Amino acid sequence: MTAAITVTGVEKTYASGFRALKGVDLEIRRGEIFALLGPNGAGKTTLISIVCGIVKATAGRVLVEGHDTVSAARITRSLIGLVPQELTTDAFETVLATVSFSRGLFGKAPDPAHVERVLRELSLWEKRDTQIIALSGGMKRRVLIAKALSHEPQILFLDEPTAGVDVELRRDMWAMVRRLKAQGVTIILTTHYIQEAEEMADRVGVINGGEIVLVENKAELMRKLGRKTLILTLEEPLPAVPDRLVRDGLALSADGTELAHSYDAKADRTGITTLLADLAASGVRVKDLRTEQSSLEEIFVNLVRTAAP
Amino acid sequence: MNLHAVKAIYHFEMARTRRTLLQSIVAPVLSTALYFVVFGAAIGGRINEVEGVPYGAFIVPGLIMLSLLTQSIANASFGIYFPRFTGTIYEVLSAPVSGLEIALGYVGAAATKSVILGLIILATAACIVPLRIDHPAVMLLFLVLTAVTFSLMGFVIGIWAEGFEQLQLVPLLIVTPLTFLGGSFYSVDMLPGFWRTVALFNPVVYLVSGFRWSFFSLADVPVGISLAATLACLGACLALTTWIFRTGYRLKK
Repeated sequence: MTAAITVTGVEKTYASGFRALKGVDLEIRRGEIFALLGPNGAGKTTLISIVCGIVKATAGRVLVEGHDTVSAARITRSLIGLVPQELTTDAFETVLATVSFSRGLFGKAPDPAHVERVLRELSLWEKRDTQIIALSGGMKRRVLIAKALSHEPQILFLDEPTAGVDVELRRDMWAMVRRLKAQGVTIILTTHYIQEAEEMADRVGVINGGEIVLVENKAELMRKLGRKTLILTLEEPLPAVPDRLVRDGLALSADGTELAHSYDAKADRTGITTLLADLAASGVRVKDLRTEQSSLEEIFVNLVRTAAP
Repeated sequence: MNLHAVKAIYHFEMARTRRTLLQSIVAPVLSTALYFVVFGAAIGGRINEVEGVPYGAFIVPGLIMLSLLTQSIANASFGIYFPRFTGTIYEVLSAPVSGLEIALGYVGAAATKSVILGLIILATAACIVPLRIDHPAVMLLFLVLTAVTFSLMGFVIGIWAEGFEQLQLVPLLIVTPLTFLGGSFYSVDMLPGFWRTVALFNPVVYLVSGFRWSFFSLADVPVGISLAATLACLGACLALTTWIFRTGYRLKK
């Protein structure tokens, strides 16, 4: 399987001296939904801008479907649709005019049927003759998506598409993303909503301080996420784990007041019943219990914290 | 060549012109009509004739040039500056278009608008003063060349400007003085010797002179030199535009 996008050693230092990217290597597979997570200023938008040709990389190269984004810019750019983070739209153009403009700009012959289809899918057809300035923020977001889809791109970048968007539009948008994926479009999205990445993405990448700190299959991540910990607060502190209770995944806290049992929540047998029975048999009395589960958010926060300078 | 893109940009810009018809066409025509009243009627009453041409008619080519220059620059600079200002330029920068295609679209539209404007002013003038055009083809050539040259210059200014003030700076500080000192309202021959020499360093003198020659067959400098000077200006603006797209100057970070 060819990669849709291959980023090799890409660095970016802005004129101000700010190092936005410090040698990024990343491969996006054809047809996948890839979620790029990272805090503000991590380099997400810079990376996207370099792939789309808006920002020049200081070093490194980017291949889109095997074509270099600098030497074969015409080919790579026509393959990509970009929905930017900011709501930057023309003010006085009509919806239909601005979407048709985008199609032409990307070198495609006029195709009113395709433009109509895109507008209908985004519930914009009724607004086609409205000036953009008269649209709500959510509608403008839809216009930006329609512009990006006007030239039938193979790769779609969604830079924080759901920032400031209401629930209904968010749901519509994800439905559309799934439809596009079914048509074979590769989708790269950046988001702050980790829940979204969890729900939508095939793979997740985390960028922080201009470096990719993690790329993983979502399934793999979910497996990590599937681990839960049952924490039992004891009435009396224990000096050590009683022999009868010793097993994998069980640990006693330093002060002896808590027992932590780590288990796979998705497994058939979690070992909780046996543990509780053994506790009773050993005469250990439990005052309270709770469970803990690491979320993607927690993993993300930990990654970002450890990587921070 | 991404012709669809050139067309898209051109139509986009022409649609903007249609939306802003009042500012685009009516305002320059009105201000030119005022020049006719002030210079043609008020002053013309005292000057009568310049080299055998009634003063009212004599200033027509210069007035058209004046509008052509300022409007070409204003149109083209605004056309490219506004998307930079609002941020919509991202789309053009991420599209599979070359600098040449972007320039063709924006500059082509701005120049078209200027030529139309020039012809409207010409028609307006013809209603006010008796006019003759000895060399219509040359007249059109100068009209188109000047519109393209100064639209290119406007395009460069629109890319260079970092704010609306800077957008006004070059037209106000350089272009307007050059046009007023460029023989729009007088023949350079009317200037005293020293100033006449100085005037010959002003490229606008050559534009106005050549354009006036196409009307009345009289010129301050030979028409061939006028044409050469116009082409030199065009070449300089083309080179500057090419350099901008080569380097990504002010467009790409």
